[in-house]
Parts: sequence; C-alpha cells; structure tokens
Amino acid sequence: MTKILVDGTEVDVPADYTLLQACEIAGAEIPRFCFHERLSIAGNCRMCLVELKGAPKPVASCAYAVKDCRPGPNGEPPEVLTRSGLTKKAREGVMEFLLINHPLDCPICDQGGHCDLQDQAMAYGVDSTRYQENKRAVEEKHIGPLVRTAMNRCIHCTRCVRFLAEVAGVPDLGAIGRGEDMEITSYLEQSMASELQGNVADLCPVGALVHKPQSYNVRPWELSKTESVDVMDAVGSAIRIDTRGREVMQIEPRVNEDINEEWISDKTRHVVDGLRMQRLDRPYLRENGRLRPASWGEAFQAIAARVKGTDPKRIGAIVGDLAAVEETFALRELIRSLGSPNLDCRQTGAGLDPALGRASYLFNPTVAGIEAADAILIVGANPRTEASLLNVRIRKRWRMAPLAVGVIGEAIDLTYPSHNLGAGFESLAALARGEHSFLETLKAAQAPLVIVGAHVEPGVLAAAAKLAQEIGALDGGRPGFGVLHHAAGRVGALDLGFVPGEGGLTFGQMIAAGGVDVLFNLGADECDVAPGAFVVYQGTHGDKGASRADVILPGAAYTEKNATYVNLEGRVQVANRAGFPPGDAREDWAILRALSDGLGKRLPFDSLIALRKALYAAHPHFAGVDSVETGDVAGAVAALIGRGGETGGGGFVSPVGDFYLTNPIARASRVLAECSRLARARAAEPQPLAAAE
Amino acid sequence: MANRRLAPASEQPQDFAFTPENAEWAKNQIAKYPEGRQASAVIPLLWKAQEQNGGWLPQKAIEAVAAELGMPKIRVLEVATFYTMFALEPVGRFWIQLCGTVPCDSCGARELKGMLQKRLGPSGHVSADGNFSWLEVECLGACCNAPMVQINQDYYEDLTPESLSQLMDDLAAGRPVKVGSQKGRTSSEPQGGATTLTDETLFDGSRVGAWRKRFEQTGEQGGTPPADTGEAASAGRQAATTPKPAKPDAGRPVERKASDAPAQRAAGGEEPVKPSDRAGAADPGHSTAHETPAPAPEGATAGEKAAGEHGHQTAPARDVPPQQPDASGESEAAVEGGTSAPAAPPRTEQ
Repeated sequence: MTKILVDGTEVDVPADYTLLQACEIAGAEIPRFCFHERLSIAGNCRMCLVELKGAPKPVASCAYAVKDCRPGPNGEPPEVLTRSGLTKKAREGVMEFLLINHPLDCPICDQGGHCDLQDQAMAYGVDSTRYQENKRAVEEKHIGPLVRTAMNRCIHCTRCVRFLAEVAGVPDLGAIGRGEDMEITSYLEQSMASELQGNVADLCPVGALVHKPQSYNVRPWELSKTESVDVMDAVGSAIRIDTRGREVMQIEPRVNEDINEEWISDKTRHVVDGLRMQRLDRPYLRENGRLRPASWGEAFQAIAARVKGTDPKRIGAIVGDLAAVEETFALRELIRSLGSPNLDCRQTGAGLDPALGRASYLFNPTVAGIEAADAILIVGANPRTEASLLNVRIRKRWRMAPLAVGVIGEAIDLTYPSHNLGAGFESLAALARGEHSFLETLKAAQAPLVIVGAHVEPGVLAAAAKLAQEIGALDGGRPGFGVLHHAAGRVGALDLGFVPGEGGLTFGQMIAAGGVDVLFNLGADECDVAPGAFVVYQGTHGDKGASRADVILPGAAYTEKNATYVNLEGRVQVANRAGFPPGDAREDWAILRALSDGLGKRLPFDSLIALRKALYAAHPHFAGVDSVETGDVAGAVAALIGRGGETGGGGFVSPVGDFYLTNPIARASRVLAECSRLARARAAEPQPLAAAE
Repeated sequence: MANRRLAPASEQPQDFAFTPENAEWAKNQIAKYPEGRQASAVIPLLWKAQEQNGGWLPQKAIEAVAAELGMPKIRVLEVATFYTMFALEPVGRFWIQLCGTVPCDSCGARELKGMLQKRLGPSGHVSADGNFSWLEVECLGACCNAPMVQINQDYYEDLTPESLSQLMDDLAAGRPVKVGSQKGRTSSEPQGGATTLTDETLFDGSRVGAWRKRFEQTGEQGGTPPADTGEAASAGRQAATTPKPAKPDAGRPVERKASDAPAQRAAGGEEPVKPSDRAGAADPGHSTAHETPAPAPEGATAGEKAAGEHGHQTAPARDVPPQQPDASGESEAAVEGGTSAPAAPPRTEQ
C-alpha cells in the first residue's frame, strides 16, 4: 500500500493503482472518455489530466501509476491536485480540442441526456470556441443491424474497438487512417459478428454509436426505469427495463459483478420489439378446428368440462423455458390437487433429477468462480450461444493467464483457443480412459472444472461427473462440476421438484401420441405435442405452443410480472414488473389461481404475497434472494454417477441452434430475425476460426 | 492527407497470392518473431505484397496477409491505411511521393507541387501514359536536402521544378538518373562542401585510434612492461586484444544512485538537504569546495561553525529579501568592489 495525497486528503492505495483509481478512492471525480474499468488503458482522450506535484506538466491519471509518482522533497507522499488551476485549464483545453470537430447536434442526437461528452462539457468545458475553420466531416459507416453510426461525433476513444477485441473476442472494429482522418469502422463496413455488439453503443461516451432499433424513439428522461433480470438465457443477467407509458422501450444492462459484470447479450437487449409482436392478448378457444377469441369464463368452463371427465392419471402438465417460479409452483399445486403425478419441466435434459440433490443440476462453480479455474473441460455445450455471458467470463479468465480448454462436442469458435477432443460420448469415454493427453492437463490442474450441457443424455451426465471426480475437480470441497443450462426457468422448476411423481409420465411421454388426455402447457414452445391430447396453453406469444392449443390462456411476459427466477448457478433473483400485460392477459400465477377456482380445487393463496409465503414455507431457499445456496457438490455428483443411464449415440448437438431465436419472445422480434439472418449468412460462407487477440 | 480508402472494386484484382519466392521470403520474415507474435511481420509482408502487385496494395493482398498471419482483416487494414507508403490505389510506373512538411515547404516544395499538379493533374491519379502518379506525404526524413521526393525506392533531393521535370523526363525515357542530391552534394554535407572535420589527420589513424596503435606496439615489443607492476601490462595487453566498452553497463538501464534526490536521502535516514542550504553554492550539484573546510574563527558560535563547514557562511537566508541597491553611489561602489560582506546576517540552522 502506498500513501498519496489527493487534494490534501491522504489515501492509502495499492501501489499498482493508477492515479485515477486513487483519486476516486479519495472521492475526487475525474472526467474521462477513453478509460473504462473493464477495458485496457488507452490514454488517448487526455480528459483525465491532473496536476501532479513535481511533474513538469499535467499527467493522464488513467495511465499513470501511483508507484511511479515521486515523493515530495522531504519524503512526504506524492500529491495530486484535481481541483487546481492547472488541472482546470488542462481540462478546458482538452475539452476545447474535443469539441473542435464535434458537431453541435445534441438536440437531434440519441445520446442527448445520457452523453458523457455533454455532461463533461457542462462541467469542465468553457462556453465558447475559438475555432473558426470548418469541422471535419466523416462518412457514416454500416457496422451492423444493431448499432447506428454518426461518425462526425466520434472522439476516437476506441472503447468500442477495445471492447470487441478484449471482452467479446470478435475483433470486428478498428480505427483506419490516422490523425484527423482516423475513422472507426468494421472491415469494409461488414456487419459486426459478435453476439455482444450492442454493448459498444453503451460504451460509446458520445453519440457516435447508438442503438439502431430504438434510434430517434427514446429520450432518457422520459423513461421509467425498472431493475429486473433477464430470462433469455439461464445466466440471469441483471438488466434495467426502460418503459415509456406501458411500452418497454429499451433494455439496458445493470452492473452485477457476480454474473454479467456490465455486459448483456444482443438477444437480451434487442428482444424489446418481440415483447410487442405476436402477443396473446385474450383467451382463445378451439372450435371446429379453429381458434376463436373467448372470454376468461368460457375458457375456464371449457377446461373444467374437459378435466371433469378425465382420469387424473391422464392429466399432465409441462412447463417451458421462461416460466417463473411462482407460476410453476401454482401449477404444481394445482396438478397435485387434481391427483396427477404427471409433471415435468425437462423440455431438454432428461437426466437431471432434483432427487439427487440440488448440486447435481446447478452450475456449482458459479459464474464468478470461473476465474479461479485453471483448466476447463466442456462436454456437450456451447457456452457462447447457450450462456453468452458465462462465455465472456471464461474468456476473461483466459485473458488473465493461459487456460487449457477442452471441448467435446461440435467444432465451435468460443472466442478463445480450445482443443476439440471429439464429438460425442465415445470421445468422453476415451478421454476418461486416458487416451488423450488432455486428461493429464486436467489432472495436473489445481482447480479443474467440468462443464456439461444440461441437455445431454443421463449417461453422459454421469460419465462427465465421474470424470470430474477422477480428475480431482471436487477434491477439498471444490465445486468443479457445473451443469450449463440454457433455459431461464429450468433451475427454478427443478428446485420446485417439477418432475414426474411416482408412476408419473416424463416430458417426452406426455407430449407423445396417447400420452395424456389433458395437457397443461405452461409456455413450452420448443416441443411438438402430438395430436390427441386436449392442450391448455398458457403463454405470451402466438408461437408453436399456441398453434397446437385447444385453449389459450394469455399470460404475462417477464417484463410484465413480479416473478422469481433461479439462474444456472442456483441464484434466486427477482424480476420486477415494468409494465402490464396487453389486453386481457394476466399474471400467470393469477390465471392459475382463477383456473383452480373453476376446477373446484381453489389454490390457497389470493395474492402474490400469500403465494410467496406458501412458496417460502415449502422451499425456504427461494427466500434467499440474490444468494446462492451451496449444496453438497461431492455428494450430488456421486449420486449422479450412481444413477448412470443411456448415453445416446452420435455427436452432441447444442440445443441452441440459432442463438437469436431461442424462445417465443425472441422469435417474435424483427430485430433478432435480422440478426439471425446475418448470422446464418456468415455461417454459410467458409471462414477460418477467428484467431482471437 | 485525405481519407485513405481501398481502390474501387473495378480496379481490384480478383485474387492475390504470394509468388513462391515471395512466400518463402515471407516465411523467413515471420520466423524472425517468437511464436504467437507473427503479427509483427505485418509491415514487411505488406511491403512485399505491394511490391509484387506493381506498387499498390489491393484488397485481396490485405486479406492474404491477414490470413497468413492469423490476424483479423481489420487489423491489417488499420496498418495499411495508417502508412502513406502503402498505396491503396493503382500507382504509375514511377510513384512520386512529394514531401510537403515544413523544411521542404520552406525550401520550395510548394513549387514542386504546383509543377506536378500542372504536369500530372491532381494527386492520386495515374498519368495517361501510365508512367507517373504522385502524392504529397509527410516528412520523409531528408530535411537537410530539402525539397525532395521519393520515387519508388529512391530519394531525389535538392530539387527545383525544372530539375524534377527533367528527372521525370529521364525516368520516363529510361535514361540513367542520379539518385540523391541533384545539385551534386555528397549525402547531406553543406552546400559547397564540408566546412568542418576537414583535417586529414582525423582520418589517417594518426589521431583517432592512436591509443590502440600504442597498445599494439607494446604487445609487439615482447611484453616488457612500461610500468613497475605486471598487472598493468597484462591489462594493457588484454585491452589491446579484446577492447571493452568504456562502461560495462553502457546502454543498459541500471539502477544507479546517480543523483542526490531528496527521496533517497529521506529513505536512508539522512537529513534532507534543504534548498536553502544550497543557496550559496555556485553550482550546487558540482561543488567541490567543501572538501577542505577552513578552520573556524575563534569565538564563533556553534551554529556559525556548522554553517562554515558547508562553506555557506556568507550566504543570505532564502527568506531574506536580497539587498536592494542604495541610491547613494558609495554603497554601490562597495558592492562592485566585491569584497564587502553582504549585509544579511549569517544563516543559522533551522
């Protein structure tokens, strides 16, 4: 620790801190454009200049280390002045230079109101310019469907370039030319390929890169902001939902160091227009093969009439990928009260069983815990598409120090180097037998980590668990075994034990022909229900599930309800309501509560609070919001190994075929459809695996 | 410098691949760099690609270099657009890069530019006969011989519009031309020949390197030591055969306590030297006066003695304003005499 004086305040900071960090610790605000905590230091905007006693000229505090400061003449700590006349003059000078070429188009700029340059020009600039020449004009660039450019405004901070090269690992952007003619662009104005490209517009401190889908539509001061969690994948990124009136206008990331740091994927961000399209806004009834609008009463009556005449053993319930804990709990209570054991949430991943212990289906190492791993084996999963932000964490870990990553499954570009060890179970078995040198790497590692896709066959799960045990991933209580989910609702439903009871049918058996007579489908859209059964579909979008339904009950999307989700780590998180469901649609637990009344099995809760009380009584861990309840990993893994099962044949196939279109909301989005089209076009043209920087 | 863009698609070749010789050459260039640092070879490879493609870089060449080095294409494009010596559009058989930076400009580059503009049209366009194209670039580092141009690989200096025009005629006609100064200067020596270092003895070994000759003669005389100790002789012989650099660590960054910094004194527990202590020294950093302190006069106080040891007895304290000249000529004369003691009291340790 080194002492340093900042504006007369002495602070004690680690020697490798930069002056900027030291000043922040001392409570002094330093303006900056190019500096960003999670990117490398560029030091090219010069806005963070401060006066350092003894230095001949102001120094860029973002690039000057505390340990490089000289002490005072009598050995007193070095002194930084952030409010001195010199500092003020330096800032004003830098700001004047930055504004020389920056257009005065704030009134029509989408960044207006949340623009770093605007704010800092107000705080640190002068009110006039001495520049009389023409301003520089830069052609607009096409860099993709999600980011619009207004390159006159660019101040060349290169945050976008550094983000794509360092965090996203898909270095698409660069700065061509030099000096005044420097321009940020992608190669020949091709679309960026990263699934995290939306973040560059967030990073842009000016209005040069703005979000294209909501451009000219949104002003930051007219938005209501609701903190929530994302359900596009199982990572559960922290998001902020911005609404105007009842309409969701944009989704922005929120800082959560444990999960997404401050990035979100493009699917999370640009699913917004999907929340408006294809919505189910009233109940429907199928009559004579056609769906017709109906009232809630008619819908409930139709269901009640059908359920009454059906043997409880012939009634089943399935839940899909986006279902929250509350409605899953309500549905479980309802189906159990009807006397049916046919419950299942495992649209994929039949090998997961809550009976084996919670740690058998969680991503035990936790997302932040990936940074402690020193060798990773990925079995049958593609973290880049199934859990983008988790992949970002692995990449972050790889950037800290070399990391051996082995992949058994499809040949994929994870944005960091990896060894493909084979395609399917046979390769895993061969690795376990020691027929591949990667086993030695895993055994030699201090903290190896085995990540297995949630959708793999039970036998593969058991084999991967066995391998994790053998390489010592679980020694000393280390949680070196993790299941990678891709569906936001799955872990919550497994926590609730939403799996077949005694003699109950599994997911596959229920949707198969002749499986059940009445099927309650709570938002399961990634499956085909065979003809025959009477299907009650409760969901938000007119997607696969709704088209196969006999009764449609319109529910609320994740932005429209207060709901609990459990992410793949087992972290309980609460999504808050940012708007209301459209038309007659209602919150899902309330629909099930009303339906239970219609079926004569009234559920014992009349409010969300009462429901949560009952939920917490039955499953206390749901009350621990934002925390991960660690289970007995070694015990659960041992149980998993003991279970064994089918191993399946052929290579592993990721359940996420198209990253942008994994759920009904995303499939309704035009923006994501365009992204998907571009991604498919890119995949069609042969490209060498990009060498990550 | 204008925006640099790739040539329009109509001028781009369909593909690009290094010739076998160039590919071999490229491999050798890449091998110069450690594993994982192949991208360092990007500039040599772009040079070679430009050379192979008739003096300019097509898009396919940029992509070929990127593939060769495992770099993202945008990274290679960044390099190619940064340096003006990479031409992104077709150039003439003779590509004239005219330096327009200050020294050349003040020596007449503007006239050269006018001539080129008149003769060849705007920069960046190949002349109708395909022989020439030109571009104004930043400093090429031959300021001594300004104004100058670079034509393909060679510098042509000390130009006038007429001599440049003549040079271009000669090049176009295939006549031999003189590289370098067009005024007959050797390298960058002054106009009209060298004015310093003209002494012949500087170059015949009689002055420079004479010490070495002496050592060699000593060695030839059969080892008779010129001095009493044999050690010195052996050292001399060794020096003659294996000369060492003057300082063993010359050119290397080493931690040496070279300066008397306050922080170093503070770290060593010593009393820091206050700026006031040094006020009297003519050149405080190089003073040798304190080596032999004069004996203190009898009856002097301890404080005065300490000050005297530092040779500071007559120094005025920093916080005392310097003596103002009196209006009377008498006192001024005394000051000019330089012998009278200043009026300020002797400094005491604070």
